[in-house]
Amino acid sequence: MNKLFLVIQREFTSRVKKKSFLLTTILVPLVFPAIFGGIFYFMQKEDESAKQQVIQVLDESNTLELTSSDKFKYIATQSSLEEAKTVLTESDSYGLLYIPEFNVENPTGFTFYAKSNPNFSVMNELEKKIERSVRDEKLRYYNIDKSVLDKLHTSIDLKALNISQGQEKESNANLAFGIGYVTGFLIYIFMFAYGGQVMQGVIEEKSSKIVEVIISSVKPFQLMLGKILGLASVGLFQMVIWIVLMTTIITVVTSILELEMPQTAQLSEATQAMEASAEGEKFMRLLAGIPFTKIILTFIFYFIGGYLLYGSLFAAAGSAVDSPSEAQQFMLPIMIPLIAGIVGMSSIIKNPDGMVSFWLSIIPFTSPIAMMGRIGFGVPVWELVLSMVLLILGFIFTVWLAGRIYRVGILMHGAKVNYRVLAKWFMMKT
Amino acid sequence: MEALKATHITKQYAEHIALDDVSLTIPKGSIYGLLGPNGAGKTTFIRIINQIINADSGEILINNEPLSTKHIAIIGYLPEERGLYKKMKVGEQLVYLGQLRDLPRREAIKRSRAWCEKLNIYDWWNKKIEDLSKGMAQKIQFISTILNEPELIILDEPFSGFDPVNANLIKDEILALRERGSTVIFSTHRMESVEELCDHIALINKSKKILEGTKKEIKESYRNNTYIVEHNGTLNGSLSNDYSILQQSCLEGDYHQSIVKMTNGDGPNNLLQHLISSVEVHSFIEKIPSINDIFITNVEGRGHE
Repeated sequence: MNKLFLVIQREFTSRVKKKSFLLTTILVPLVFPAIFGGIFYFMQKEDESAKQQVIQVLDESNTLELTSSDKFKYIATQSSLEEAKTVLTESDSYGLLYIPEFNVENPTGFTFYAKSNPNFSVMNELEKKIERSVRDEKLRYYNIDKSVLDKLHTSIDLKALNISQGQEKESNANLAFGIGYVTGFLIYIFMFAYGGQVMQGVIEEKSSKIVEVIISSVKPFQLMLGKILGLASVGLFQMVIWIVLMTTIITVVTSILELEMPQTAQLSEATQAMEASAEGEKFMRLLAGIPFTKIILTFIFYFIGGYLLYGSLFAAAGSAVDSPSEAQQFMLPIMIPLIAGIVGMSSIIKNPDGMVSFWLSIIPFTSPIAMMGRIGFGVPVWELVLSMVLLILGFIFTVWLAGRIYRVGILMHGAKVNYRVLAKWFMMKT
Repeated sequence: MEALKATHITKQYAEHIALDDVSLTIPKGSIYGLLGPNGAGKTTFIRIINQIINADSGEILINNEPLSTKHIAIIGYLPEERGLYKKMKVGEQLVYLGQLRDLPRREAIKRSRAWCEKLNIYDWWNKKIEDLSKGMAQKIQFISTILNEPELIILDEPFSGFDPVNANLIKDEILALRERGSTVIFSTHRMESVEELCDHIALINKSKKILEGTKKEIKESYRNNTYIVEHNGTLNGSLSNDYSILQQSCLEGDYHQSIVKMTNGDGPNNLLQHLISSVEVHSFIEKIPSINDIFITNVEGRGHE
């Protein structure tokens, strides 16, 4: 036990001290939010700094009410269309909106003249504005009162409730989807990255010939388990640093943004601000409705369980070969179930209670990824327990299997290894 | 008293028998040469002592106690295939390996420092193994083997890869360890180092022990009453039928060297008397077989059976 701890400790310190560890640990939480934050920031800046575009409006129907926004300023002209066009080319206005006399029943002939190709969002906005005006015009045409008109503007917000847990809870499929995908993907990435490192570590020990010295003091099984657990602790440590760094960065950045917020809020219309805060409130309510403790605990469980399951297989693959390139033949069967899990994710998220989802989240080789995809939508307790028990049995089995191959493999050099040889090693007594 | 006693050790792998009923007795304080050609089973035997693998049958006693995990702490093992963690620093590595052999951390640090100073590599304490020359790494490997002051030191081809200067340094340390009371098992197929260091020898060939004893005894048993004589004049026909001349060669002028074998039970003095009466004897020495000769005779002899 004491020696297992020594092995874990060595694996941990030797990796944590590496420059590459320091770099990835610090850069990942800085670089990724920096990239996304940067893009977001510049997009916002561009929106803010965008000059108010002047659009001249030649309204021959005299029906349109166009209120200027911070994006567009509408100026009515009274000249003829030809004159207005020449005025446009000489002015620095963005474009000319021409609204002819139109038939309310069949409104046509609206044209937008621009000095350059108007982009999609401009056209979209103008179309919407015209549509609204035309609709109002139509309603007036059918003698509907203005006050009734105002009342007609309603905004519907569909509220989804999950009643499976006995009490009504507001649920949000998108949020569950997001959480499932992100956590499942994290597990997938971690298995590959750290499983690969386990394999490389084993190959390194084997090819540098240190292994025989070590296993004269430590049982091969202890050495293997020590490596797997040591790397797991490195991974968890890295994950914790990331979470802490990211939360700090996010808190700092949002507090800075909040300082700038009031100015933008003043600029925007009051109704928009209210809508936004209502949206935010709803989001917060939904967040509170997500069983975070449950998700975090399941995440940690599947993270560790899945890693032990795959880590030991990677260790066995590493012990069988002399160089990473030879390991390819054993990588494929390890990778296939992992990939199946991540590919199955799309169907799990579409239908979290379907057959595919059920089986993928029960079979230990795919359950760490698949169950994370389902967990946000709510999983019956018996399924969760069954999946967890199977995963525990699964990793006990793979660790045992890997241990038997490992103890023989690490002392074999230059042997041409195929599955028959592995089976022989597995059966061999020491 | 024996440091290690192995009785009827047998180990079989799927296709072949690696050790077939091998019994060895290794006395305390000896330097015990375990000889044999490649693939004879030496490494298998050593791995069994180190509890890396288990024997199928047979028993191993260390200090009259059955081999168990507690003995790991009193064994030092230098495998033939050796290496170190390339990315680890010299000091860290020694301390880690010492701790794996049950040394408390503090003690492991103290001893590692002392040994590094003794072998003039203390300046390298904070260097990574990959920055060291091969000879340096070999020294570190040797230190790691003996850091726990093992009672039983097992060296598998300890001089392979050492330059003569370092080989001598290690040789001196091995002798010093023996002085302190350690027993050394020394597995090799380099006979000149056996001749120099070992006092006991066992020869393993094709998974069987074919010879065991003190170096002196074995050499004695391979004496065959043959003498090398350097003399002036020729010996042709001047000796009785009790002696046969195996070989006579001319060295310079009338100066010859002859190899003479006694076929009766007479001692060397009788031969000398006969010789003196016929030629002028310049040197007279018994031809004792070298360990190398014994090795080759045995391995090849058995090989033809």
